[in-house]
Amino acid sequence: MLKIEIDGKPVEVDHGTTIIDAADKLGVAIPRFCYHKKLSVAANCRMCLVEVEKFGKPLPACATPVAEGMKIFTRSKAAVQAQQSVMEFLLINHPLDCPICDQGGECDLQDVAVGYGASGSRYTEEKRVVFNKNIGPLISTDMTRCIQCTRCVRFLKEVGGMQELGMVGRGEHAEITAYVDQSVNSELSGNIIDLCPVGALTNKPFRYSARSWELVRRPSIAPHDSMGSHIEVHVKDDKVMRVLPREKESINECWLSDRDRYSYEGLNSPDRLKVPMIKHHGEWQETDWKTALEYAAGQIKDITTEHGSDALGALVSPNSTMEEGYLIKELVHGLGCGNVDYRLRQTDFRLDGKRVGTPWMGCNIDEIEKLDRILLIGSNIRNEHPLLAQRFRKAVDNGAELSIISPLDNNPLMDIAHKIIVTPNDIVNVLAQILKAMSKLQKLSLCLPPQLSELLEQIHVRPNTEAMAESLVGLGETVNLIAPKVGIFLGNMALSAPRFTEMYSLAEAIGGVSGAKGGILPAAANSTGMHLLGVMPASTGMHARAMLEVPRKAYLLLNIEPELDCQHAALARSAMEKADCVVALTAYKSKALDHATVLLPIAPFTETSGTFMSMEGRIQSFKAVVKPLGECRPAWKVLRVLANTLGLQGFDFESSEEVKLKIFDGEKPSDFARSRLNNNMKELVEIETKIKSPGLQRVGEVPQYEADPIVRRSEPLRKTKYNIKRLVRLHPDEMRAYDLVEGDMVLVTQDKGSTVLPVRPDAHVAPGCVRVAAAHEDTLGLGDLMGDISIEKITQEQADVFKSKQMEAQN
Amino acid sequence: MLSAEAIEKIEYELTKYPKDQRQAAVMSALRIVQTERGWLSQESISDVAAYLGIPDIAALEVATFYNMYDTEPVGKYKITVCTNISCMLRDSDSIVHHLQEKLGIGFNQVSEDGQFCLKEGECMGACGGAPLMSVNNATMYEYLTPEKVDKILKELK
Repeated sequence: MLKIEIDGKPVEVDHGTTIIDAADKLGVAIPRFCYHKKLSVAANCRMCLVEVEKFGKPLPACATPVAEGMKIFTRSKAAVQAQQSVMEFLLINHPLDCPICDQGGECDLQDVAVGYGASGSRYTEEKRVVFNKNIGPLISTDMTRCIQCTRCVRFLKEVGGMQELGMVGRGEHAEITAYVDQSVNSELSGNIIDLCPVGALTNKPFRYSARSWELVRRPSIAPHDSMGSHIEVHVKDDKVMRVLPREKESINECWLSDRDRYSYEGLNSPDRLKVPMIKHHGEWQETDWKTALEYAAGQIKDITTEHGSDALGALVSPNSTMEEGYLIKELVHGLGCGNVDYRLRQTDFRLDGKRVGTPWMGCNIDEIEKLDRILLIGSNIRNEHPLLAQRFRKAVDNGAELSIISPLDNNPLMDIAHKIIVTPNDIVNVLAQILKAMSKLQKLSLCLPPQLSELLEQIHVRPNTEAMAESLVGLGETVNLIAPKVGIFLGNMALSAPRFTEMYSLAEAIGGVSGAKGGILPAAANSTGMHLLGVMPASTGMHARAMLEVPRKAYLLLNIEPELDCQHAALARSAMEKADCVVALTAYKSKALDHATVLLPIAPFTETSGTFMSMEGRIQSFKAVVKPLGECRPAWKVLRVLANTLGLQGFDFESSEEVKLKIFDGEKPSDFARSRLNNNMKELVEIETKIKSPGLQRVGEVPQYEADPIVRRSEPLRKTKYNIKRLVRLHPDEMRAYDLVEGDMVLVTQDKGSTVLPVRPDAHVAPGCVRVAAAHEDTLGLGDLMGDISIEKITQEQADVFKSKQMEAQN
Repeated sequence: MLSAEAIEKIEYELTKYPKDQRQAAVMSALRIVQTERGWLSQESISDVAAYLGIPDIAALEVATFYNMYDTEPVGKYKITVCTNISCMLRDSDSIVHHLQEKLGIGFNQVSEDGQFCLKEGECMGACGGAPLMSVNNATMYEYLTPEKVDKILKELK
């Protein structure tokens, strides 16, 4: 520890601390623009100049490490003079157009200028003008305001993983730009708006719609991926104007993914359902709540009395709150029915009843960056959990070795030590190889259950898997780690794969052999919570897939658009078509709900209170930040009244807090979670490693901006590069095998459904796979996200005929 | 696409740095490509970036920072005349004037036949030979007089 003195106040700090960190620790304010605690030090704005005893000139506090006995003066005459001079220089080329600048009121330059600037300018010459750049639909630029702090450049390079902005030119001609009018495509790009200390980079959708002092800031929790990022919703006149991150070091640090930041545009979508609606003779009619609820209850009751309670099926969105999940489960159970499930994008349910507890991430989010070895199985991490990818990137920067087993060779924007790109079915075999190689390396074969040992006997370990196994046990090129910290995680593609059970069991076994932490990275904001509550079929009930395969007479839908949110789009659509009654609790009118009978408008997360449970088992409650739109009601209230109307007992909750209390039964929520989160299995599952599927396999990722009803309706996100036209992507070898060239039209068939799409070669897709994204209008005719698929080359004329037929069928 | 000769030269430069620090060779690589192609087009910069495995913008930053990289076409011969204090005292003005007259172009312009381009340079650290100019960043001509300039131009053509 070093003893130093700042403005006469003594403080003890670690070796290597910079003056600015020491001052921050002490609470002494030093003005700054380019310095940011999460970014590398650039020391190019010079705003943080301070006087240090025995130094002849002022020193930048951000780039000067402290030394024993250092005496620092931040407000001495010399320091203040230096700061004022820098301020004057920074303002020379700044347009001072604060009245029309969106940053006005929350601008670092404005604030610091008030504190350190002169009251007038001595500069009378012409100011320079820098032309604005178009860097995409999310960020608007006013580059004349830029003070070249390079925070945005450093963020994209260091945190985003890809330097998309840079400073070209030098001296007076220096300017921030993307390469030749390219856009910034990072899925974390919105953070550069927060980082920009001036108004050079501002929020494009929010632009000119409010001043910062008109906004009320209310805390909430991000509702899309399962990180549980803390957000601050900015509200004006009961309308959500924008979303910013709320600092939470252990979860989202001070960042936010673009999905969490811009999805709010979907909340103000014209698609919002404002009044209850009933379908009468095929026509939608607006009605009041009482009629709608009584009609819905009546229908459900009639069908369950006539066909048995089993005729009802409830599909629940994993983005719904725990309270909503609990109530719909109780409601369905109350009717004597066990058909309720939240696992809409899963096909493999063989693990049901074999788990000890609720599967989760297996460690804390902030532990990731301390891992030495990471294995990601079936995960396109940047697409699934954009901000979590950043933690993995940090781990890799810290020297961790990343191994990836996936059907897609997407660039995670970090160094990959080992990767094996194979079809989803072959992932199982690869995992078995790794297990075999590792048990040999760890000399642990005796510890494996005989069933598994026998299986491994037949496995042949290939050199690339051997290398991956060596990495996972800690062997390295120069240094062998004796007890490496290992993390093994299964992503969305593994979760939706038909052989998830095998992948999970083998990953568990590998974890056991290597002493790894890890588990699954659940897809949605409340997936873990839904599992914890048991929003899953009771022993006699049907799971999400079975409910669609064997169509029910009546469906109760909570917050979903069946054909977009379910694993098997075609199946979901036909089940809804065939049903006698579909009661949909939804925030949106939607084509996907055309076959519903009753639409009950519910409030999205900003208009209701509730609780989400994140991937790391963190239980976080939030309150409504705005009033419900129109006649929307929080879903927990709707479910309560629906249950009462159905004549069920035990639904007398007055608030969502009461529901929460009931859920946790007086226990501390974190205790409740702690005792129930467990990735272990009660028994071994039958594992088949050699499954050869003769044809092609679909890799049907859900694009991140199509993941749930809210984000699907965010216009700015739809305009990004991620919202690419639907294509069939094939490995170049497969293209040759099928005699295809780029742009050819192909008929894609899965089960009985098919669609026509253009084809494109993509070396990032494993041979034997067809990459067709899911959750989109163009791919609704298709089946499982991960399953057998066939393609056939057709001519443009045939494609046109197919499309016109499709159009006819829809009308 | 980089030529085989350029790649060979860049590979030699890369041997000077650790294997995982390919970015370190960006300045040499840009120089090699500029020498070969005369100037650095966006395509050339992208080629260099792709070869070194760095973002395009990172190569562009370097190419625009140093004034010896030309991101605009410069003709066959780029003549850079120093106009800093030492050369100015030794009457570089008359050299500049003479060159402009003779070539019929101003600073940062290319002559109609595409042969010459004139640039205003900063001190090249050889004030002992003032006034001076350099051609294509490689050859320096010292103790200039209008007559000597004529002779040089003639030789270049």
